[in-house]
Amino acid sequence: MNQTIETLEAQQLRKGIPQFKAGDSVNVHFQVIEGSRSRIQMFQGTVIKRQGEGARETFTVRKHSFGVGVERTFPLHSPKISKIEVTSVGDVRRAKLYYLRSKVGKKAKVREKQQ
Amino acid sequence: MTAILGKKLGMSQVFTEEGDRVPVTVIEAGPCTVTQVKTVETDGYKAIQIGFGEIDEKKLTRAEAGHLKKAGAGGKRHLAEVRGESEPQVGEQITVEAFEPGQKVKVSGVSKGKGFAGVIKRHGFAGGPGSHGAHFHRAPGSVGASATPSRVFKGLRLPGQMGNRKATQLGSSVFAVDPERNLLLLRGSIPGSSNSIVYIQTT
Repeated sequence: MNQTIETLEAQQLRKGIPQFKAGDSVNVHFQVIEGSRSRIQMFQGTVIKRQGEGARETFTVRKHSFGVGVERTFPLHSPKISKIEVTSVGDVRRAKLYYLRSKVGKKAKVREKQQ
Repeated sequence: MTAILGKKLGMSQVFTEEGDRVPVTVIEAGPCTVTQVKTVETDGYKAIQIGFGEIDEKKLTRAEAGHLKKAGAGGKRHLAEVRGESEPQVGEQITVEAFEPGQKVKVSGVSKGKGFAGVIKRHGFAGGPGSHGAHFHRAPGSVGASATPSRVFKGLRLPGQMGNRKATQLGSSVFAVDPERNLLLLRGSIPGSSNSIVYIQTT
C-alpha cells in the first residue's frame, strides 16, 4: 500500500477500541439514524472474524435471534460505533469461525477461555 | 475549465461526518506548470499545455528540453493539452486548489491491459453450455453468411487486445482536496492501475 494512503488512513483510526479477536463475545453499541433522530442500538454476539487493516478493518458478529442465525459486519473504526464491550474471551484455534454457521445447539457455542 | 495531471496512488475509504463509508481514489495531482499557451493566431485553436512530474533535463531530447526551457519550467516528465477558453500565462502553476469538493470531473487514463481476450471477456458474449455434451464453449460462433456477402463485415466483435488504451470516465466527483500534500480524492474508482498518470478536468 502506498505511504500517502497509509497516512491518510492513519488519521481516521479511532482510539480506545478494546482488544478482541474471533471467538470473543462482544456488545456493540451502534448508532441508528431514523429520519431525523438517532438512537443507540445494541448487537450482542460472538465475533466470527476480523478482516482488513488500517481504517478499512471490519469485524463480523454472529448471534441467534428467534432461532435464526444473524450476522452483522461493522467497520471497526466507524464513528457510528459508540462503544464496544468485550463480555467474554473465547478459547478458539481459528481466526475465522465460519464453522459456527453449520452448528446448532451446544456445538454452536464458543468455550470461554480458562484463566 | 480547469485540468490537472496526476498520479493515481490507489484506493481507500473515508468516513463522512455522518459515519458513512465512502470509497475514494487518491490522486497525487500537480503542481502542474503551464508550458505553452496556444492561440487562434499561432495555432488555429485555443489551448494550454501543462507539464507534470520532475525529470532530469539531461534525459530529455534537445527538442523537449528547449521547449520546456522557453517556458522556464525545468524538466517535466508528462505533458498534456487542455483545450478551452481559460487564459493563464506561461509558467503559471496549477495546483489542486483549483478544484473544490463536489465538483463533477472527467478522468482520463490508460486502462489496465487484459491482453488478447476472447469475446466473452471482451464483448460480454454469453458463450455456450459447459457440459451436457456441448462442443461449443467460449468460441465467437458464426461471423456471417456465406456466398453473399462472402466477406466478414467490418466492426464485427471478435477476439483481440483488451484494455491498455485510453479510457475516459465522465461523472466522477471530487470528494476532498488536500492542498498541503497535493492530494485529490475522487469518489469511486477511475480507469487505470495504481501509479499510472491520469488527467482530470472539470466539466
